[in-house]
Order: sequence, then structure tokens, then C-alpha cells
Amino acid sequence: MSGLIGSSDLGSPTPAEAPELTAAHAAIRRSVPPWRLMLRRPTFIAGGVILLFWIACAIFGTVIAPHNPTAQQLLATNAPPSAAHWFGTDQLGRDVLSRVIVGAREILLIAVAATILGTVLGTALGLVMGYFGGIFDILIGRVVEAVLALPIAIVAFLFIVAVGPSTGTLIVVIGIVFTPLIARTVRSAVLVESQLDYLSSARLLGEKPAHIMAVEVLPNVLPVVLVEFTVRIGYAVFTVATLSFLGFGVQPPTPDWGADIAANYGVLPAGYWWETLFPALAIASLVVAVNLVTDSIEQVLSS
Amino acid sequence: MTAADTTAAPGAAGGTGPAVAVEHLDVTYRVRSQDRRALRDVSFQIDSGESYGLVGESGSGKSTVALALTRYLPRNGRVSAGTIRINGADPLAMGNSALRNLRAHTVSMVYQEPGRALNPSIRVGRQVAEVYEIAGLHHAEALERAEGMLRKVQISDPHRVMDRYPHELSGGMAQRVVIAMALAAEPSLLILDEPTTALDATVEAEVLDLIAGLREEFATSVLFISHNLAVIAKMCDRVGVLYAGELIEEGPAREVFDKPRHPYTVGLLRCIPRRGQRKDHGRLDTIPGFLPTPGDEPAGCIFAPRCPIAEDQCRAAPPPPFPVGDGRTSRCYLYEQTEDLPRNTPVNLDIPPVRDAGRPVVRLERLSKTFGSRDEAVKALVGVNLSLELGETLGLVGESGSGKTTLARALLGLIPPDEGSVIDLDGEPVAPDARRRSREQLKALQIVFQNPDSALNRRHTVRRLISQPLSRLAGLSGARLRERLADLVRSVRMEDRQLSLRPSQLSGGLKQRVAIARAFAGGPRIVVCDEPTSALDVSVQAAILNLLVDLQAKERVTYLFISHDLGLVRYLSDRIAVLYLGRVMELGPAETVFAGPHHPYTEALLSAVPSLDGQRPERIRLQGEIPSAANPPSGCVFHTRCPRRLPTGECESTEPPLREVAPGHLMSCHIPIDQLTVLQRVGQAP
Repeated sequence: MSGLIGSSDLGSPTPAEAPELTAAHAAIRRSVPPWRLMLRRPTFIAGGVILLFWIACAIFGTVIAPHNPTAQQLLATNAPPSAAHWFGTDQLGRDVLSRVIVGAREILLIAVAATILGTVLGTALGLVMGYFGGIFDILIGRVVEAVLALPIAIVAFLFIVAVGPSTGTLIVVIGIVFTPLIARTVRSAVLVESQLDYLSSARLLGEKPAHIMAVEVLPNVLPVVLVEFTVRIGYAVFTVATLSFLGFGVQPPTPDWGADIAANYGVLPAGYWWETLFPALAIASLVVAVNLVTDSIEQVLSS
Repeated sequence: MTAADTTAAPGAAGGTGPAVAVEHLDVTYRVRSQDRRALRDVSFQIDSGESYGLVGESGSGKSTVALALTRYLPRNGRVSAGTIRINGADPLAMGNSALRNLRAHTVSMVYQEPGRALNPSIRVGRQVAEVYEIAGLHHAEALERAEGMLRKVQISDPHRVMDRYPHELSGGMAQRVVIAMALAAEPSLLILDEPTTALDATVEAEVLDLIAGLREEFATSVLFISHNLAVIAKMCDRVGVLYAGELIEEGPAREVFDKPRHPYTVGLLRCIPRRGQRKDHGRLDTIPGFLPTPGDEPAGCIFAPRCPIAEDQCRAAPPPPFPVGDGRTSRCYLYEQTEDLPRNTPVNLDIPPVRDAGRPVVRLERLSKTFGSRDEAVKALVGVNLSLELGETLGLVGESGSGKTTLARALLGLIPPDEGSVIDLDGEPVAPDARRRSREQLKALQIVFQNPDSALNRRHTVRRLISQPLSRLAGLSGARLRERLADLVRSVRMEDRQLSLRPSQLSGGLKQRVAIARAFAGGPRIVVCDEPTSALDVSVQAAILNLLVDLQAKERVTYLFISHDLGLVRYLSDRIAVLYLGRVMELGPAETVFAGPHHPYTEALLSAVPSLDGQRPERIRLQGEIPSAANPPSGCVFHTRCPRRLPTGECESTEPPLREVAPGHLMSCHIPIDQLTVLQRVGQAP
């Protein structure tokens, strides 16, 4: 092959090409993997530690919890925090600490599953809208805007009233409500990509649209998807807590932060603050932790 | 303004001392807590009224010089040694108010992108007037002076332009406004950093003329920074050649370019096809190797690793600037040997002729493309008839907006042409949409895009990028794919270890090699090259052009070569088609089209290109810019700008047919060919 071309000017690696190689290698060495960059950020560490704590509670909650979270002690209702019950007990004498620890499971499970569902649907929709454009984009775009115009709670109520509350319903409802939000973000990222020639190049190889979207475009919009995913988890935690508080979430006696606040805030004026405060703090710490992690991911991926 | 006038200008340089004196300047950038020197021991002087050019490839430090002069270095950059004097004052020692004063009154800058130099939310008139207001004039008077200044930069109807916003101006117009603003302060030093790089050749010619004229009028000293040697040769009295942060050669522009005394300058000039050089005259010379990594400082001459004549002394200690006569210096120990520097790339004339005239591979018939709705139809292509013969290179030239890229995309099936257009491949019509083309047809037609950053998926490795067409188009897999991959990588002169890298880890030239490998992977019949080297440096460009010529000979492919650089088109093409507003104005063998008689539009394009080869007859100028394709002129679409328009009114009323004026040479013009011959032979300006 090279014989046909004749003696080549650049074919044999000459010492002169060494700088290019060092440059290329330097580039590899210089590009620190994103996770290393994140570990250098104190906010990521702080958020990550809190998040890991709640994840551990979600997985091993029943083992860690000092008491059975559903065991009622009718002789020790509304007991203030003590050595036996660090976070006190509630109106039914259940250990608040145990309920907070075990309650992490439902909220995390629903929030993560719903966000995954919303991200997958939203990304698929965004890819189709951005890649095909035209009538697809206009039609789906209008539907997306219509959904966005309704308050999340109203949409969720409609579904839950129709289907009945359950963990599965919550996941589907929140996932569907998040879909248009994610689709819109992904669509604009795809639009930027669709200006680039590598898509034309793929079309000239005879690649099908589905392949182009999944193999060519998706990896390039993945950072956007990832950021959107983590941002949405924060919102999802809040949404799950809200719906539980309103009674559309996990049904008693299963421990749940939102439902526990709803069940106990009525006795707050009587001075039983621990029954409401600790689940509320749990929600707050989880949302803050997710947002700290999200911020770091966003900054590292966008730099 | 001709080159003779510019070279005469140093005599006119009077005044008190030099406008700029830079001595032993070092500039250091701090990158990832490491100091990297971007400029090393740079010394030069610009006399009052003189025009000084700085040339160099990307990464040579040209713009860093400009930034250092005005103390606009980024936060991580600093002048680490040496002195700068502007009109005797030291900008490095200035306090804030003195520095502001220097930037407001003494030095003005014009950058490459006029669109980014203007505030998009302020009307043009206000922006120019602001300069006068800072100088202390009242509002009304400032506006009046601004209008006068816009007239001076040859904006027709300045009164109306004053009320426009920057986005309503074309690139050429916007750059005139920027120049008007720069000159409004009556600076004693004007720094032009690639001022015409973003403009079309015809517009560039106008802007360069304007700058040359204004320079005479305002007696301003000019620092002209460009990668384009021909532009520098045309515009500057003296020139300095920068390489990797060192001023390696300096002297009067014409002499430096005629008799370079540094191996790098020699190499750079040999990379450019000159004096009508064509691919069958032999390959272009190249400069092997790469620019050193910033911060890597060799013990000896910075160019030694790439120099064909480097000796032991070159590697031992950096050469000082040697005086080589006539106010010239060269940082080369062996400056006496540069005249007969050995070639890096053998001429290698045994490239077999591959063209098989008379065997059309592709025929385009009545190819039209209309964008937009019926009410606002933009006719990008109008009834183009072309054929591409086996193994030939058809050069496609024209200003931006002439329809070059639309033609290429329609041929490839990326945009569907209008109803009634015919694209024949080997005598068989192909579907207008790439999605409906067979694998054989897709294989036959491939493209090398202009910008490899956009054409290569940045998430994929080189291996994957090249394997993809091998499996999709050539249908290879397993060991046979790996074998062909290795072949292909070798034939684009890349190395196996680069296969695992991603595009961002490759230099521009290497990226374009990957793109070429992809285009050739399926064994194409026709490869469209859409400005394949316009994003590359001159020395890289030469290597890519050689590669394209080699691959054409080996694979017997046909090229449709699109470029705005007529020198390249002339070097590479067998035939040339000139497009204007989506119509073929002239079509013929490359030599004939360049030798003339030309279509007046071709003549204008040719005369707009600055040349390194000295004088050309007084050229014809184009007025204004390409009209909108949404509303093309009546009759001959070129008549609104044609300097040779017939007085009979024929040009305005009827569109001339594309007819054969000599065997194989077609032209669309009412002027009889004999008359054109006479007009153009005497070099008569209309």
C-alpha cells in the first residue's frame, strides 16, 4: 500500500514528530477524570457523606434502627427525646428515630425510580424532537408546554385519585410529570449537536435515525442528561414528601417522613416538637445533600 | 494602491523616534501552576508611519505581541522580561489613567471578528460617535464627525447605516465600521489582528485597499498581524516572522518573501503553491514535525528539530539574530545556506495521470435548490449542469453565498434538490435523499468536511471513527476489518498508537487525516472536499494537499474541490467551475480559466487575491457585495457588480446562456470572447 504512494513524507515516525506525541500524552495526563475533580470539592464531599448516610439507612434501615418503627407503646406516647428514645416517641409511642431511619427507604426509592423513569422518557422524547424537528417538534412541543403549565400537584392528584395511591403509582406519576421538563432540556442540547457535520457524515454511511440518535448524538448530550437527572432527584425528593404529606403517598403504618409530619404536626402546639422536627430535618438534609452533589457535577461537567 | 506604493512608504516615515520599540520581550503564561514562555527575546521596532507585519502560524505568539503592547494580556500572562515603548512611553509602567489614555488616544485595535467587536445593542452611529465624545466633542458634533468617518471608510449612504444595529450589517461593512471606530481616535498606532481573515476574498481586497489608503491619509503606524503571507506582502513595509514565540527573521517584506534567510521562512513559502504551480508539476514541500509544546524549550535553535540542515551547533545554543544585510536579520547560524535548502518532501513526479477525460462519473442536470416558502423563495442553485469525469478534480469557486456548499450537499443527498433536478451516477439516476440511496451509491459519494471538529464525533476514538465506514460501507468485520484499518491508517500517514485517541487529543492536521480516512474507507468514486484545509495552518495544509493528490492517484477517485483559495484550486484542479448566485458563470480547464480570457466575475475574483509573486496589472474591482439570492438581479445576475457591463442594456435585460467559447471552455457572458480577450490582455481597467 505504501509502496504505491512512494516514499512518504510523514510515514515513518521521525524524531521531529516526538513533540506531537508528548503533546498528546500530556493532554491525556492533564485531563483529570471528572470524579477526581469532584473529590477536590468540599461541597461534593459534604453532600456525598450525607447522601451516603441516607442511602445506608434506606438499605439497612431495619438493621440499624434501635426499635421496631411500627411497634406501638401506648404507655409511652409523646415521650420527649431521652437516652432510650433519642428522637422521642410519637402519638402512638413509636420510636421517631427508627421511623426516620427506616423512612429513608420509601422516599429514596420512589424519588430515584421516578427520576430514572422521567429521564429515560424525557431523553428519548428530547432526542426525537431535536433530531427530527419540524412537525414532530411542534406537536410534541405543544403537549410538553401544556403539561408544564399545570401544577405538579394537580396532575399528581388526578392520577392518584384515578388509579389509587401506591408506590408504583407515585413513581409513574412523578416520572411522567418530569418527562417534559427533561425532554425540553435534552431537545435544546440535541439541536446544538444537529448543526454539526458528524450527523451528515453518519447519514452518508447509511445509518438509520434511531442508530444516529442512540450512538452518535446521545453520548454527546449525556453530560446534559446527567446534570438534569441529578437536579430532578432533588425535586423528586421534595415532590414525594409533599404528596406523602398530603396523604397520597405511602400509606400508614409504613414509616414515611412526609406522612409522619402530616400525622404529628397537629400536636405541635402542645409542645411535642420532636415528632415533626426530625422527619422535617431529614427531608431538608436529603434535599440539600442532593443539591450539593448536583452543583458539583454540573460545575465539573460544564468546565 | 499597489505594492510599489507601500514599499515606498518608509521614506515618508518622519517624526521623532519609533512608534513602537520592543526589546528582548518575554511573555509568560502560567498554566496549571507552570510557567510557559509564549514569547522569547522578541525585539522589533515600528517607525512612525511605517507598516510592520507579523506573520506566523497558529501558536506562534502573534496575538500575544499585540496583547502585550496594549497590556491586555490575560490574567495568567505577564511580561517576564524586556521592555516596550510606545511613542517613548512604557505601557508596563503606566498607572490606570495613563493606560486608559494610551488605549483611548494612542493605540487602536481591529480584530478578526467584526461582529464581536461591536456592541450588538447600540446603533452603529452611536458607537462611532462615542469615540468622539470621549475625545471631548458634543453630542451633535460627534454624530456629524462619525458620519464623516463612515464616509471615509467608503460606506455608501452612511446616514442610513448610522441608524442600523451591527447585526444588520454584512461582515465587510461591520469591519469597515470597526476600522472607522479605530481611526476615529486618530491613533498613532493601529494594530490589526487578522482583520480580513473572516471576509471573502473580494471583500478582503476592498478592506485592504481601504486600510492602505487611510494609512496614507492619517500617517498612522500599523502593526499588521496575519497568517496570510500574501496579505502581509501586500500591506507591509517590513515584516517579522514569528515561530514558536521567537522572531526568527525580519526585514523588508518583499525581500524576506523573495529571498528568505531562515529555513522556516523558506519552508513556509514552499508550502504554498506559487507561480501557477500545479499538482502535475510535483508535490508541495512540507515542514515535517510539529510546533514544540509551549514550555518545552530546546537548548539550541527552536526550529532545529524540524530543520533539514540543522547541525550540532544549532542544537547546542540558540542562535542570535545575525544581520544578513539590508536591515535584515535571521536567527540562523546557516543563513547562507537557505537559498538552496534541500526539500523535505521529494518532488516525486511519477504520479500517474489518473484523469480519464470523456468518461463522466457523475452528471448533474438542471440541478436547482430553492430554500424557504413560495413567498420568500431563496434560489440557492439555479439549473446547474455539470459533469465530473473519472479521476479528475473539478474546482468549485465563488464567494460565500454563491451556492458551492449547497451544490455539494445536494450531490451527496444531504439536502433534497428541487423537482426536476437530475443526479446521474455512472449513467443511472440516484435518489435525491441519501436515506434512499443504495449502499453502493452511498459508497461512491463521500465528503471531507471543512471543519474536522464538527465532522468527527468527539466521543468516539479514532479506531471507532475509521472502523465505522469500514463496516457500514465496505461490509468488513473481524480480521479483514483490522487489516484494512491498518492499511488506511498508514495511507493517511497516521500511526497505530493514535488509534486509541479521541479527536480532542489530536492536532488539526491529524483530525483532518482521520476525516480523509473515513471518506476513503468505503472505496469512493467521488469525494467532495469542502474547504478541507481552510481550518489548517499553511505547513499542515501542504501535507494534506499532497495526501489528497496521492490518494487520488492511488484510488482513482474524482474530486469536487471547493475552496475560496484560488491558489489551491489552481494547484489541485483539472477543471474549474465558477459559481455566482447559484449559477455557473464559467467552466473550463483550470489553465484556461486562469490564463484568460476570463468571465468578468472570474477576473474580479482573480484580481482580488493578494499574491506573493509581485505585480499584477491594475485589477478590476467589484463594487458592493453579493446580492441576496432571494431577490436576484434581472438579466445577467452579475450585472449589478460587473465592471465590464455593456452599455447596450443587454446585461440588464436578458440572462446570457452558458455557451462554449473555446473547446471545453464555457462562459455565461454577453461580451464577445474576442472583446474580452482584448480588454483583459492589455490589462485595461474598465
